[in-house]
Amino acid sequence: MILERKDILGIKELSKDEILLILDTADSFIEISTREIKKVPTLRGKTVINLFYEASTRTRTSFEIAAKRLSADTINISASTSSVVKGETLLDTARNLEAMNPDVIVIRHSAAGAPHMLAGMVKQSIINAGDGAHEHPTQALLDMMTIRAKKGRLENLNIAIVGDIAHSRVARSNIYGLKKMGAQVTVAGPATMIPRDIEQMGVTVYSSLDEAIKEVDVIMMLRIQIERQQQNIFPSLREYAQRFCLSKKNISLAKEDVLVMHPGPINRGVEISPDIADGPYSVILDQVTNGVAVRMALLYLLTGGKA
Amino acid sequence: MNWLIKGARIIDPSQHIDGQMDILIEDGKIVKLGRNLSPSRKKGLDSMELAGLVVTPGLVDMHTHLREPGFEYKETIQTGSEAACAGGFTAIACMPNTNPVNDTRSVTEFILRKATETNLVNVYPIAAITMQSQGNALAEFWDLKEAGAIALSDDGKPVMDSAVMRRALEYAHSLGLPIISHCEDTCLSSGGAMHEGFASTELGLPGIPGIAEDIMVARDLLLAEYTRSSIHIAHVSTAGSVRLIRDAKNRGIKVTAETAPHYFTLTDDDLRTYNVNAKVYPPLRGKDDVEAIKEGLRDGTIDAIASDHAPHALTDKEVEFEYAASGMIGLETSLGLSLRLVSADILTLNQLIEKMSAHPARILRIPGGTLRPGAPADLTIIDLQRSWTVSREAIRSRSKNTPFIGWDLTGKAVMTMKGGVVTYDELNDCHEHPRHS
Repeated sequence: MILERKDILGIKELSKDEILLILDTADSFIEISTREIKKVPTLRGKTVINLFYEASTRTRTSFEIAAKRLSADTINISASTSSVVKGETLLDTARNLEAMNPDVIVIRHSAAGAPHMLAGMVKQSIINAGDGAHEHPTQALLDMMTIRAKKGRLENLNIAIVGDIAHSRVARSNIYGLKKMGAQVTVAGPATMIPRDIEQMGVTVYSSLDEAIKEVDVIMMLRIQIERQQQNIFPSLREYAQRFCLSKKNISLAKEDVLVMHPGPINRGVEISPDIADGPYSVILDQVTNGVAVRMALLYLLTGGKA
Repeated sequence: MNWLIKGARIIDPSQHIDGQMDILIEDGKIVKLGRNLSPSRKKGLDSMELAGLVVTPGLVDMHTHLREPGFEYKETIQTGSEAACAGGFTAIACMPNTNPVNDTRSVTEFILRKATETNLVNVYPIAAITMQSQGNALAEFWDLKEAGAIALSDDGKPVMDSAVMRRALEYAHSLGLPIISHCEDTCLSSGGAMHEGFASTELGLPGIPGIAEDIMVARDLLLAEYTRSSIHIAHVSTAGSVRLIRDAKNRGIKVTAETAPHYFTLTDDDLRTYNVNAKVYPPLRGKDDVEAIKEGLRDGTIDAIASDHAPHALTDKEVEFEYAASGMIGLETSLGLSLRLVSADILTLNQLIEKMSAHPARILRIPGGTLRPGAPADLTIIDLQRSWTVSREAIRSRSKNTPFIGWDLTGKAVMTMKGGVVTYDELNDCHEHPRHS
């Protein structure tokens, strides 16, 4: 099977079969990263550009390692500010990069829709590495890969996503993906963090952590951004932690074999207590490991690889 | 300058006229309407046979942005006037958010001088309510009126301070100057890029809730009532606004309202491709809002249709959605899109023409909007059957920012006449319709 699309812009556009193809391919790449010589020649002669308009350590490094393990040449471009401030438009940057003939451009941008705009303008494959509060498809894919590896399936699992859903691209991509794969998704957070009409995405909404995680198979905690306090999204970190911190006190409400996930970076003691983050339920570092494999799979499939 | 127009269907809601008759025009003025008029002995009188076409009072667009002075790369008074003529307009009122802002006599005079040089369309400057539209200090209303400003608005920005708005309404009312309010609570709308709803949730774009408009409409209605003045609400986009205005009218508050074609034609779902040309303020709303706008037009709550023609250059638009300028051009598509209301049985043709001519003229207290004998011969000739496709190449506006490119529309202004002078004419290219003999 091959992936018949030029770009990976979001999970919304992917079919269940495409998601399965990506996950299966990623599973087969896991082993490469455990070898002593962690490199295969698959993408030799291909060029991958990481164009990051927003700070990122994990995702950028993960893409870079993924490309390098497949022997592609990688270039990282970190633009600390948006195109508006920088003076050169995103479009001009894209045209310049295009003129250098890369094969894949990975883009992260604080503005929702920026990768879509890029995809419409250049002939290269675009991978969305996170656009504003819109989508973060590779994160959702690595999350689904991790859940499937641990649980053996995605269908009929109960999954709670907790935190600032309104500002979370991770939440949106995971809702699309998990629903397509047959899971039940619950979201929870204070009402200020729940975006309007999200029920129409087919999720159940709770405003209490205890209700949301009752009998669930998986809990995904989202990072709380401290800056949001200024917009009165929450009164204080102290109060947020009292209501929504996943800890020993409440974890027992979930199923005994619950998985605890977090896209990182974590705020210890805010949305997740250290003993949970480092405890037996946590698969947070498995997510990171799987992230490399998922990104390898996407680079491979987008450059014409067959699974 | 002297014409005998024969054979057309004349629609003039200001005189309750709808029927086939002739119009005699002399010295740029309408002399007579009637059946089988014969040419007078006046010299140089041309006869125009317009069977199958509709003649209406020249259309009046009460809400446009001409961008001059200051943003000539987007539009000029010349190019905006050309677009207006092509859209069937003989009069347009232009908003003051130029650079400098039209908050002083010299800017108003500049606009009028340019418009006179262009001389394609009657241009009526709307001056700012507050200096630089900053919402603090009132502009010199009386002086602006003396210079030729016909109304006041801080369009693009609301007057957030209720005390300033109260004083503006009182002061303007005593001068007979209409106040046009851009209703938006900026505390609620701040940072927003589109209507807040399911589409914004899915797209991950910051939302502008409908109540950001409703709350300010409610405030302005209360202020108009308390100050015993009148108010005009610009670009109504929400169901809430329609309901508030309807209730206010029923209670006798002197309020008028306009909407723009995109608010009854598109919804927030049309932004799902991050189409920057559909980014506009106020934002495209939900389906319920669109239905309420149509109902408001039908029951008379909304008095006028205005284009809110807002030209932006490619450089303002070809950026990330959140950074893209808001607004779309509308002068050349306004009539074609509005005629869809007639084919959908929401408005009669007469009601539509009234909302695009007599009503805006009455709200702004300007001449036009009528074919009464003695009135300037400003008229629009419409081919209701003409099917056409909105094309980028045909747009006369300097900017091409419209989501309607590629749309097939039925009905078009084929000739526009201002003061008896033809300012736009595409009948020449159309062989089915005999041109004047």
